[in-house]
Amino acid sequence: MADALLPMPTELTSFINEWKVKPGNLIMVLHKVQEHYGYIPQEVAVEVSKILEIPLAKIYGVATFYHLFSFKKPGKHKIAVCLGTACYLKGAQDLLDEIDAIIGCKAGEVSSDEKFSVDAVRCIGCCGLAPVLTIDGKVFGCVTADHMAGIIAPYQNDEVN
Amino acid sequence: MAYKNYCLVCAGTGCHANTGEEIYQELVKKARDLGVEKDVQVVKTGCFGFCEKGPIVKILPEEAFYVHVKPSDAEELIKEHIIKGRMVNRLLYKEDDKKTDTQGKIDDIKFYQKQLRIVLRNCGFINPEDIEEYIGREGYQALAKALTDMTPDQIVEEIKKSGLRGRGGAGFPTWMKWNFSKQSSSDVKYVVCNADEGDPGAYMDRSTIEGDPHSIIEAMTIAAKAIGASQGFVYIRAEYQLAVQRLEIATKQAREYGVLGKDIFGTGFDFDLEIRLGAGAFVCGEETALLASIEGERGIPKPRPPFPAVKGLWGKPTVINNVETYACVPMIILKGGEWFASIGTEKSKGTKVFALTGKIKNSGLVEVPMGTTLRDIIFAIGGGIKDGKKFKAVQTGGPSGGVLTTEKLDTPIDFDNLVAAGSMMGSGGMIVMDEEDCIVDIVRFYLDFSVDESCGKCSPCRIGGRKILNILDKIAEGKGEMDDIKKIKEISEAMKRSSLCALGQTTPNPALSLINFFYDELLAHIQDKKCPAGKCKNLLSFSIVRNTCIGCGLCAKKCPVNAITAEDCEPLPGKKKPPFVIDGKKCIKCGECIAACKFKSVVKL
Repeated sequence: MADALLPMPTELTSFINEWKVKPGNLIMVLHKVQEHYGYIPQEVAVEVSKILEIPLAKIYGVATFYHLFSFKKPGKHKIAVCLGTACYLKGAQDLLDEIDAIIGCKAGEVSSDEKFSVDAVRCIGCCGLAPVLTIDGKVFGCVTADHMAGIIAPYQNDEVN
Repeated sequence: MAYKNYCLVCAGTGCHANTGEEIYQELVKKARDLGVEKDVQVVKTGCFGFCEKGPIVKILPEEAFYVHVKPSDAEELIKEHIIKGRMVNRLLYKEDDKKTDTQGKIDDIKFYQKQLRIVLRNCGFINPEDIEEYIGREGYQALAKALTDMTPDQIVEEIKKSGLRGRGGAGFPTWMKWNFSKQSSSDVKYVVCNADEGDPGAYMDRSTIEGDPHSIIEAMTIAAKAIGASQGFVYIRAEYQLAVQRLEIATKQAREYGVLGKDIFGTGFDFDLEIRLGAGAFVCGEETALLASIEGERGIPKPRPPFPAVKGLWGKPTVINNVETYACVPMIILKGGEWFASIGTEKSKGTKVFALTGKIKNSGLVEVPMGTTLRDIIFAIGGGIKDGKKFKAVQTGGPSGGVLTTEKLDTPIDFDNLVAAGSMMGSGGMIVMDEEDCIVDIVRFYLDFSVDESCGKCSPCRIGGRKILNILDKIAEGKGEMDDIKKIKEISEAMKRSSLCALGQTTPNPALSLINFFYDELLAHIQDKKCPAGKCKNLLSFSIVRNTCIGCGLCAKKCPVNAITAEDCEPLPGKKKPPFVIDGKKCIKCGECIAACKFKSVVKL
């Protein structure tokens, strides 16, 4: 099913070429790569290294420093549970435990069927709705462990793409 | 007014995420379907601040404040309020005591009464995606004044008079930073905005940019004029997509209107902005780390001096201020430094925005004059603790701050008082805890955060934080010893003295406030092996009160590990069945039994 990673689509290459001349471009380019592929594939990192003329070691050094960059292919649906203080106080850890119980996937992991990846993320700034989680960017607020099964079901049953 | 009514829909993060966009679409559609699109303009605005009650819709000129609005309410709002001129009582905000009839008007709402909005002056009033609305509220007038009527010295002097101090945490006088950069001679200088708001539980910078992006652009341009820079960068968290998007729209519009870019206001002054995304590293809130990140490097702090004001981005003089600090600047230039200095306390001028969250009734963003007491913020504005529970503590300053108790509630908040009280201002997160929150648990949460975010460059931070966390884990597991308290103090002292940047220097703060202000609770964990708040699972035991248990067995049915069985005895007097009992060895302390029991017979000890 996987599309070939290379060559990179023109949208991506033209972005990289546009940024090539700007100093300090690496992080912006990595964001764009991750936005397109969902992660930073090794082959693409090699290609980026060639175009930007930045050593591959440095690209890995920078990418591994920041939480947002990932070298692992994410699941089809991305669940992100906010672990900001307000959410933590209001039981965000229980949500992570419940998600693990339902789909067998802990924070930072991809489920065995590659349908879900789960992440514990930093404050997403909706503290009024704590505890909060997002699935593919859609926000669910004031969630309790009891709600979890109902929230995940449509994604599990492929009712949502 | 061109329209009879203006319908403002909150498009701040919380409301936007909570069907705000659908409400907006629905209102526009219904207004059109019902033929009143010429009478009412539906506008998306920035955060109203009262996030607890979201999604919020405000209708002008009546100032009707509608709360918890759903997309399906749109038709009723248009039909009743817009067409018939009758407020929809059902959706109007009502105070909890139900005695005060606010009619939904903002001025009558207790949450807003003690607030003074300077930073958030436009949030919730204007459409952040339309520069005309910003201009309509004195926008870019300060820039015009700074560029045409003021010299760089006069600008710095005005900021000096205002007494403005950096809102990012440390409270360094803003004018001094500007002055250092101004005095450094260099062909290239930079102005940077720190929008890498990483404090868990703080979202004022995000809301400011989302609700009023032009105020940041205007302020940065003023700073550029003061120091002689022509290029600026806004470093913003990539997670803040909506804020990034609004900022992009705002910079584009500002260029079209000639208030950003070449020859601003025809004065020959050039300044332009670029947005750079963060990638999830808390340490990048530290200014030297932030600059490294803009340069495309790992966000690792550098020793200071040299300070960025002298040698910053790519080695050039660079002014870095936080979003909230910039948001104050246009008003200071326009109304004068003395006006700003008239608000606040002796050493902390102006207002401060706090993100009030946790176990508080009215979660939201509040902006108050410096010197307001914690009690006013938590009880008068925040409405006190949720669900009738007791106030226990308030955490300020995020992972670098401390936890304050009831005794400190009457402290007038400013930079220096908070430090004296044993915490700090930080970026303005204010997390309220009730009697069910365990301070050991919370402090572990913060240490875990700081350890995870340590960049690893200097050993006091890298090793010290981990050591303190290990000790706290041990205490929470019931294996703590009295000697541990001494160890935490020693490690903290070393970290404070020898860490390279503020992250390492402040990592021990939450642990120190645990020792200083919650000594009894800490002792309970260490000596009695008990968690008074009932949070630390290893220190808990569950048991069933024999004489109130009716023997229904619901708890046993719910228990996932079959740890609960009926006691092998006769029913107690007045009961039909024998009571149940929990086997402590099997119990996993999940709490299902407590939830199941209708007679409150299962208790945590």
